[in-house]
Amino acid sequence: MINANRTITLIVALAFALCGAFAQAKEAAPLAADEAVEKRMVAISEELRCLVCQNESLSGSHAELAQDLRREIRKMISDGKTDTEILDFMVARYGDFVRYRPPVKPTTWLLWGGPFLLMAGGLAALIAFLRRRAKEDAAPVLSEEEHRRAAALLDQSNP
Amino acid sequence: MKRFLIPLAAFFVLVIFLAIGLTRDPREVPSPLVGKPTPMFQLQQLANADKSFSPKDMQGKVWLLNVWSSWCVSCRAEHPLLVAFARQSNLPIVGLSYKEVRGDSEIDAGKLSPDDELKLTRRRASAWLAARGDPYAVVALDIDGRVGIDYGVYGVPETYVIDKAGVIRYKQIGPITPDALDKNILPLVKELEKS
Repeated sequence: MINANRTITLIVALAFALCGAFAQAKEAAPLAADEAVEKRMVAISEELRCLVCQNESLSGSHAELAQDLRREIRKMISDGKTDTEILDFMVARYGDFVRYRPPVKPTTWLLWGGPFLLMAGGLAALIAFLRRRAKEDAAPVLSEEEHRRAAALLDQSNP
Repeated sequence: MKRFLIPLAAFFVLVIFLAIGLTRDPREVPSPLVGKPTPMFQLQQLANADKSFSPKDMQGKVWLLNVWSSWCVSCRAEHPLLVAFARQSNLPIVGLSYKEVRGDSEIDAGKLSPDDELKLTRRRASAWLAARGDPYAVVALDIDGRVGIDYGVYGVPETYVIDKAGVIRYKQIGPITPDALDKNILPLVKELEKS
């Protein structure tokens, strides 16, 4: 009996979940008025940061401003603007910060070069460490003096 | 002992960098518009329906452009400061009413006709200023937020200091605080008014 109840609950829950999925699919439909424009808009807006919720891309954000900017991008695409022109439009208003891939220029050198600098530092430290260890390994394990002392000690301990 | 010093020093350098990072507000994105001419626009005025406002009208004056709306909570916090400031200064403050109706998540603006939206914008903005005081020399209505985009507005309130030649000299992101007014805006305005 309990089992049957559980199955029913599960089926009902599943049905609700599916309904939700369909409802969402329907809501999203009117956006794709022109599929080619929409595709380009998504491609461009994925390269752009939403300034309201900074860890979301412009394509994924529900913020009002993101919707406005997507509408603006759509309009620019329909007006025949190139991708570069659209990116420039955004950068002129919000700065390089809106781009997930900022251009390489003096103010961003450290940003782009930083990881490589860190890697070079790490490699240098690793090489220095390995060299030192190789030198230590190559050295005789015991010096002559130590040999003698060891032998003396061994002799002493033998009855 | 020495082998611990280098990692320890590296750790402290990291801590210093992180500490500096903590004092900076990631929401404040430096505007590329500072140092550039104000984007031009022509918008209807709030008080006078037959008249429009354009930044050209302010040529030869140092002025503030304050972006606001009645649904914006920080604007409410900022407003008394603007009202008090306008009373004791003759620096013109131009208000840009930003998406007064469609920016309010409680209104389904998609259902309104453009005419109704304009009427509602006027009613709401006027009521707000009547209740809280009107510091503005003139208010321009940016109903769809298109002018806001040209100014790189991403969170109201925002305030721009614009010089006599129409060049943006400073942008305040978020509400103007007494501190920002005294330390950043007023000294700059004074200097700009001299030239």
